[in-house]
Amino acid sequence: MSVDILRRRALPLWASALLPLVALGLMLAFFAFGDPLAAFKAHLPPVETLSVERVKVTPAGFELTVVNGGPDTVTVAQVTVDDAYWNFTASPSATIPRLGRSQITLNYPWVEAEPNTIRLMTTTGLTFDAEVPLAVETPTLGWGEFLRYGLVGIYVGIVPVALGLLWYPALRRLGRRGLGAVLALTIGLLVFLLIDTLLEGLEVAAELPSVFQGISLLLFAALLTWLVLVVVSSRRPDSAGGSPRGMYLAGLIALGIGLHNLGEGMAIGAAFALGEAALGSFLVLGFTLHNVTEGIGIAAPLTSAAPEEAVPTPRTRMFVGLALLAGAPAILGTWIGGFAFSPLLAVLFLGVGAGAIWQVIVEVGRLLQTYARRDGASAVSWPNVLGFTLGLAVMYLTALLVKV
Amino acid sequence: MPYPLNLTRRDFLKAGFLTGGLAAAAGAAGVAGRDLPFGQPPPPTATPHNHVGHGGMGTVGQVDSARNGFDPMALLQDWDFGVVSTLPNGQTLREFRIYAIDKEIEVAPGVFFPGWVYNGRVPGPTLRCTEGDRVRIEFANGSSHPHTMHFHGIHSARMDGVPHVGAGMIEPGNSTVYEFDAFPFGCHLYHCHATPLKRHIHKGLYGAFIIDPDPARHPEDRQAASSRLYGTPENQAVNEMIMVMNAFDTNFDGENEVYAVNSIAFAYMNTPIPIRPDQRQRLYLVNLTEFDPINSIHLHANFFDYFDHGTTLTPTLRTVDTIMQCQAQRGILEFSYEGFEDGLYMFHAHQSEFAELGWMGFFEVKA
Repeated sequence: MSVDILRRRALPLWASALLPLVALGLMLAFFAFGDPLAAFKAHLPPVETLSVERVKVTPAGFELTVVNGGPDTVTVAQVTVDDAYWNFTASPSATIPRLGRSQITLNYPWVEAEPNTIRLMTTTGLTFDAEVPLAVETPTLGWGEFLRYGLVGIYVGIVPVALGLLWYPALRRLGRRGLGAVLALTIGLLVFLLIDTLLEGLEVAAELPSVFQGISLLLFAALLTWLVLVVVSSRRPDSAGGSPRGMYLAGLIALGIGLHNLGEGMAIGAAFALGEAALGSFLVLGFTLHNVTEGIGIAAPLTSAAPEEAVPTPRTRMFVGLALLAGAPAILGTWIGGFAFSPLLAVLFLGVGAGAIWQVIVEVGRLLQTYARRDGASAVSWPNVLGFTLGLAVMYLTALLVKV
Repeated sequence: MPYPLNLTRRDFLKAGFLTGGLAAAAGAAGVAGRDLPFGQPPPPTATPHNHVGHGGMGTVGQVDSARNGFDPMALLQDWDFGVVSTLPNGQTLREFRIYAIDKEIEVAPGVFFPGWVYNGRVPGPTLRCTEGDRVRIEFANGSSHPHTMHFHGIHSARMDGVPHVGAGMIEPGNSTVYEFDAFPFGCHLYHCHATPLKRHIHKGLYGAFIIDPDPARHPEDRQAASSRLYGTPENQAVNEMIMVMNAFDTNFDGENEVYAVNSIAFAYMNTPIPIRPDQRQRLYLVNLTEFDPINSIHLHANFFDYFDHGTTLTPTLRTVDTIMQCQAQRGILEFSYEGFEDGLYMFHAHQSEFAELGWMGFFEVKA
């Protein structure tokens, strides 16, 4: 009976769904018009936070993309370049609302290869600095530049992965133990890439205006990517049908590595935009060597551990596809990094890469365990630990070439 | 090659560029010396009236002098002689009323500095009297912080305007009287001496204090003394100006963002000071720049005689075009543009950084 009374007294669904919203609206109105927190900010100046997202170096000077990441509207009153006031124009306006953006253009006779500090001064006299580490004209979009950046992407992405895949015939001849070790090597390589991607992501995230919550964004992107991949792999018909498990896994590894190479390509492209052709072939060669190991990682699961599985030799087409899947994102990355670098986008991509690589590690680990179980051995054996260590060591040592 | 492992991959990319860039620069140097465009005629005598641009250097916009309550051009010759009366003993008494308040000052177009100021302006009023006058300053503090007035001159300890001595710090809402005889003649200054001193000075509590020589006391150099004494025929033949070199740390990081004379960045560059070539020029210059050890002035295309502290009637330096002053150092510059072509003659601090951060101006010489 009491339930009955309650039901009769209860509001209709639409009303009870609306009630909290109405209450919230009332509270917002109270805050907006009543200003109950006035006591906290009575004599405080506005909080100003400006971030310079991008400095484009043009033949005429500098173009800055400025983002207001603070709670209040900010007006850029003056701009100095290397401690000298300089004339500037702002578009659409020097007054930038919260989360708004403005383009600040300066005509400045910069000196090739010399650093500059550009300082934005707001109405309250606060200053926000942007660095031009070395003044070199930022590449503009054109077929020539597009092609050159694409080529760099091919050198650091597709070429090394393809070279690594050439080890496939040799890998096939390895015994069971050897294969376990190669899979462990792949895991070592992937762990290196995971940490590298995360650290790179954290670094870029730290440069974002805090309002965008870069680190959360990075981790959420990683988490969601991982979840999506888990769902995808759980729906896969287990080693049945046309695509055997080895091929599926190789594709997944290629995808993870591809996402990592996208981030890497962006970093390279952004740096090329700062230094253009002066980078030299040494560095590109360094990246190529560094990424060759990735090819081995992709090839590893294609070799069969159990003779009864009798994996047919994959067609050349398959190898080309895998090399493209893992390497081509580097091309896209250099384009994004070179022509339209956005730290926000970079954080998202790096997060996606980290999530994908994590899932790949899980899958390869599972395969390694399956093989070990069939042999009645532990997955953590000396040959496997050795392989893992080798994977880490090779990545670490070749990274020296590109980190110096 | 050492391997600084804390460098990111991107740092390396930058470093890789550096070596390439240097090589490119070295290559370009080889070209210099060929095909230089000699043979251009000089520009016509009359300088076109063009103050905008300056090669892109400078501030954007205009400072609202009306809002600030003081105009840099008017400030150049805005002497405050006080209320004058004669004491029973025949001594001239000058009474000044000075108040301190908190006030926002627009120091560069659109840039507002939360200042502490005397009589609503930075620099404070230029107090001017004659050697031997009795000077009485009634000081009231309408600011939110305790302040004082400390004069550079000769006076008793009680009148020194420092904490714990005499009236000490004058609390908000309180007032005091500083009184002394004006000695020695020269170009002096006053400033707040409340602690922390650095902050009380850089917030804007300072001004010039000029004591004109009394010709009767200097029979050996009567002509020079008369020229310095305001209002005499000899003095009226001279164009006098006061400039206080100052700077503002707008983001409170211990370094100045805005430099100027008389507070407003590039004020005399955007509106050049008119100068008659047939008139002798006398510039009272005081340095109240905080944070930087020295400041300086340089006149373009001209030389001047300099009287350090203004306490002598003969120059302490002759025929120089640049002098420097530490904080509170001051002096008098005397020069002339007689026989000069019409045009814009620049003057600025010869610390290029100060100049390009606002301490730069023009004399517009026009017959």
